[in-house]
Amino acid sequence: MSATITPSTTRRWPVVADGQYEGSRIPPRVPTILDVPAELRDSEDVLQVNFGPNHPSTHGVLRLIVDLHGEEVVGVLAVVGYLHTGFEKSMESKTYWKGVTFPERIDYVGYQNNELVYVLAVEQLLELEVPTKAKWMRMLLCELNRIHSHLVFLGTSALELGAISMFWYCFRERETVLDLFELVTGQRMHTRYFQIGGLAEDIPQGFYPECRSFVEWMPRALEDYKGILDRNGIWLERTQGIGVLSADDAIALGQTGPNLRASGVDWDLRRDQPYLHYDQVDFRVPVYPNGDVYDRYRVRMDEMAESTKIVRQCLDKLERMEGMPWIADDRKVVLPPREELHTSMESLIHHFKIVTEGFRVPEGEIYVAIESPRGESGCYLVSDGGPKPWRIHFRAPSFAALEATATCLENTLVADLIAVVGSLDAVMGDTDR
Amino acid sequence: MTEWGRVPGYVSHRDGPEMPTVTIETAQIREACEHARDQLGFDMCVDVVATDYLGWGGKGVSGYIGTASGRDLMHPMTQGLQVLPEIKTKRFSVSYHLLALRQGAPRARLQCWVDEGEHVPSVVEVWPTCDWHEREQYDLMGIVFDGHPNLERLLMPEDWEGHPLRKDYPIGGEPVRFSDEQ
Repeated sequence: MSATITPSTTRRWPVVADGQYEGSRIPPRVPTILDVPAELRDSEDVLQVNFGPNHPSTHGVLRLIVDLHGEEVVGVLAVVGYLHTGFEKSMESKTYWKGVTFPERIDYVGYQNNELVYVLAVEQLLELEVPTKAKWMRMLLCELNRIHSHLVFLGTSALELGAISMFWYCFRERETVLDLFELVTGQRMHTRYFQIGGLAEDIPQGFYPECRSFVEWMPRALEDYKGILDRNGIWLERTQGIGVLSADDAIALGQTGPNLRASGVDWDLRRDQPYLHYDQVDFRVPVYPNGDVYDRYRVRMDEMAESTKIVRQCLDKLERMEGMPWIADDRKVVLPPREELHTSMESLIHHFKIVTEGFRVPEGEIYVAIESPRGESGCYLVSDGGPKPWRIHFRAPSFAALEATATCLENTLVADLIAVVGSLDAVMGDTDR
Repeated sequence: MTEWGRVPGYVSHRDGPEMPTVTIETAQIREACEHARDQLGFDMCVDVVATDYLGWGGKGVSGYIGTASGRDLMHPMTQGLQVLPEIKTKRFSVSYHLLALRQGAPRARLQCWVDEGEHVPSVVEVWPTCDWHEREQYDLMGIVFDGHPNLERLLMPEDWEGHPLRKDYPIGGEPVRFSDEQ
């Protein structure tokens, strides 16, 4: 990170005609609120409608206060916080060891990735070296989780636009992914499988063939989805040119992940700031230029295919790692193997100390970011040298995604509101934390 | 090396494992952010986060620290003595995590320090995304951002009292409705 920072002159995305970034065009006083135009403000034709607080095309509880002029959306205010549970405050009173269960419940659709960002942050402060087998397995599970998350996005957002069969098809594959998670971790969701130092358990017998058959099946399933949607007149009408977010605005509004790539910005932390072994796998970063609902759908469709490729490469590596360690060998941080507790006094003491007091993490502050299914998921961690985090904060990609609702909803009709909010793929647990 | 000294309001900087931390005079954080965006090429502000250091180092810590390779068993604190963390001059830190969308993904953390009652200039005009981030920190940590166009509570209800992420805010401090006998 100490490389020379000079003003960047060559930007990779086509922002304006001459290729120069000119800053945001976002003019309003409050960037996240769409204000009713002055000439309409006192008009009796403007109707204020409450969307929610229930489940209007988001995976959680969101309230949108929408001003309608006929069918046109002229004003929007997003109200969040209904799922605020104080995870950050709760984690301050839990040892690092126990804290692993919290981040996965923050973004409950991209749980595995959130778990990863937390353990990576703690490991970086500890300067703990993780065995390579654990890294490959983490990648594999994170990519499976990405497929799962995009399937939930695709199923629900197509459902909300009337394509109910998509929902059944997507959830068919989602079940398979969850079965794979159950096979490895014993849990379908919120697995708590990543441990600080590696994995909680070794990879069980029989996982590889099951996973391989899923990887073989998934491309065909993607063809099925495309067959239903890609030449479907209603789907195209409802998504193309709707909810446009320009590259400038996407950057100014802090968009990351698929939403940013659908606006024509070629940016993926897995490639541009590799973590785990992402620099050793071969995958493509899908980018589409239009920034509308349709492009956000296309980015996620392509990403599922790329994730399948990554999973296959992880399997190739992992199958040759039978018998290798899956967790770091550091008894002051990592729980000793279960069987040793019966025979070794030393192990019993270590086990007792870690479980009761927790291990201590050196003083410092750190921010670790990964590419979660929704974009840059970050974990900011401050340690005072004790066994509990002094302050922990999660950078939620859904939080930033919802900030873009007002800009996306400019000049749209009320019927498109559902399509737009759904396409941003915000998980409310992630937004509200 | 990046010339952090040219950033307006520069106080000091420290290299970290993932990004440098640059301390900025609180009053000039807005100019510093503008400089970082326009001169240093940090396109995006990914996160704004405040930390409460009330009681920091109040009780020392002892025990084994670090990993097997870096652990020093002769270090005083592993012998039962307590070690205090580095003293902070003010109560709150406000950190801005910046990201440049180019090769190598350079990042930086601009940080300013405030005490109870002091305000921080808002950077919404530099990065519109900071709108909600600043509102969240105001809501949960009670940091007031001057010049924010709409500084209201975001996650907690509008009529909530107190700022839950502060260290002096008790856990379990939520009043239970209908529990008083009247």
